[in-house]
Amino acid sequence: MSIFLDRDTRVIVQGISGRMAQFHTKDMIDYGTNVVGGVVPGKGGQTVHGVPVFDTVKEAVAATGAQASLVFVPPPFAADSIMEAADAGIEYCVCITDGIPAQDMIRVKRYMMRYSKERRMVLTGPNCAGTISPGKAMLGIMPGHIFLPGHVGIVGRSGTLGYEAAAQLKERGIGVSTSVGIGGDPINGSSFRDILERFENDPETHVIAMIGEIGGPQEAEAAAYIKDHITKPVVAYVAGLTAPKGRTMGHAGAIISAFGESASEKVVILTAAGVTVAENPAVIGETIASVM
Amino acid sequence: MDIHEYQAKEVLSNFGVEIPAGALAYSPEQAAYRAREMGGDKWIVKAQVHAGGRGKAGGVKLCENENEIQEACEGMFGRKLVTHQTGPEGKGIYRIYVEAAVPIDREIYLGFVLDRTSQRIMIVASAEGGMEIEDISENRPESIVRSTVEPAVGLQDFQAREIAFKLSIEPGLVQSMVRTLQGCYRAFVELDATMVEINPLVVTGDNRILALDAKMTFDDNALFRHPQISELRDKSQEDPRESRAADRGLSYVGLDGNIGCIVNGAGLAMATMDTIKLAGGEPANFLDIGGGATPERVAKAFRLVLSDKNVQAVLVNIFAGINRCDWVAEGVVQALKEVQVDVPVIVRLAGTNVEEGQKILAKSGLPIIRATTLMEAAERSVSAWQSDNSENKAV
Repeated sequence: MSIFLDRDTRVIVQGISGRMAQFHTKDMIDYGTNVVGGVVPGKGGQTVHGVPVFDTVKEAVAATGAQASLVFVPPPFAADSIMEAADAGIEYCVCITDGIPAQDMIRVKRYMMRYSKERRMVLTGPNCAGTISPGKAMLGIMPGHIFLPGHVGIVGRSGTLGYEAAAQLKERGIGVSTSVGIGGDPINGSSFRDILERFENDPETHVIAMIGEIGGPQEAEAAAYIKDHITKPVVAYVAGLTAPKGRTMGHAGAIISAFGESASEKVVILTAAGVTVAENPAVIGETIASVM
Repeated sequence: MDIHEYQAKEVLSNFGVEIPAGALAYSPEQAAYRAREMGGDKWIVKAQVHAGGRGKAGGVKLCENENEIQEACEGMFGRKLVTHQTGPEGKGIYRIYVEAAVPIDREIYLGFVLDRTSQRIMIVASAEGGMEIEDISENRPESIVRSTVEPAVGLQDFQAREIAFKLSIEPGLVQSMVRTLQGCYRAFVELDATMVEINPLVVTGDNRILALDAKMTFDDNALFRHPQISELRDKSQEDPRESRAADRGLSYVGLDGNIGCIVNGAGLAMATMDTIKLAGGEPANFLDIGGGATPERVAKAFRLVLSDKNVQAVLVNIFAGINRCDWVAEGVVQALKEVQVDVPVIVRLAGTNVEEGQKILAKSGLPIIRATTLMEAAERSVSAWQSDNSENKAV
């Protein structure tokens, strides 16, 4: 097992005809991902990298039995595409798109509540690198070769910082069960807490690594959840110790605006919850190795 | 994106929020003329800058005649206003808003924000208006009223009434309080704001509810669908380096240190800054050059980082995923041939094809200091900066 994604998961790509989407679709197929189709309104009937393109997600699901979707649609239309996936019965959706208006995401999250919990799609992202279960499949834009298969579950807000952690693990011969990017936006599909719960229930994951940053309440929420519900060792790193208050650091969500949102406050809160905190980004791998 | 007080007032008044009479001026003479046009016997002269705390910093003055208005304006125009929100460099005053003074009975704090916990729009109000919300939540937290809005149906009148009654608005004014709250909410949603703040919202002696100050911030990601809001952008209120970076699709924040940073990815950029600090240095900036580290982007990044005269060393940290290290290395070499760089440059590459990348850097003949790990890169940057600094002193 791994979470969200394995060898057999049937995947579609929304916006598959775009240049970047085509590039990454090929990369995902080469990695072994079971890509079964794509969706582009008005381009139904065409093929991209040998997979059929459909006009709507519903048609794609009916024809291919798609379970997961990767949204590669430009920001003005991305929220609409996520809702379309949710309505068509997609179980898991990753949205890569960076730059979706925050209020569009508020509507997306509200829309997803229409479905009962059993039927509700899980969304990770937007503005993330995606999800990979090394050696099995990837749904995203990450370089697959920096991840070894193994037992560390990674969840993080930042793409390249997540790669840094995976590369440090690879150097030590340590592998990853699944790595999930939850994205750098203020309103996101899944929080740290949501992913931690999945890792706790995944027998293949033995240790959890959480890569946070300044801004927002989700690291503190995760700390409270870890204290009461997580039995596996958790290692964390929080980026942005040198970030000034009130300035957005690249990610729309990386801004310190309330108590508990600075890196040092998050470190204190996570440490108090029993999390082993890596003091700097150069020792993330070492710190994970120390709790295994 | 931030806008000025006078612009926020105009926007909100289009949604039914009442504001005092006022007019904009670009010179002291025009300010006095506007006041005469407006009539009345007391006016407030307000410096228009994108920052709070203007009152304490001398950016808001009560005047009783035209001479006083002219004098107040002469003391403001062209100057930098330094408040606790502007940083020591302050923000230039190029526009002044003249407003008719109103008799104030009570001051209320009213704010609309994107609440990340509930992932909804939240209304925050307090009977302790005039103070800043940080001070209210520290000193009078029990006075704060909060209400979140269900996005599918929007703000309901009963919610607005609840807020009004909790603020002890007298019954005769509850309806106009509801209108104010609904107006702010509609402006927030229809224009993709991320923050609306009216502080203070006042109850006047003649029983009106008026927005005496107003602040609005808009979602940069949604400006594409609000061209009329984009037009309100005032570049004079932005850090020139940051706006130049934004125009080039780079995300830059200037800081006080001496080690410039060029990194791909926001999280990795923050982590790089933290490592520099840990190694005993101070980062000069945050800079995320995004996914595609093309030669053009790297060259632009060098120019931007070096435009800060405090920069005495530059650390390039690229984790190449899809764009391979050899390609990034070529970009760095090309950029260094194009842009004149007189400070030590430290390059750390990681990820796909890292060996080829290192070879390209070594073969280039350029004085690039190479590093393999993040820590090594930070340490070498700090020591290069220190030795460069002592050499300069020796000369």
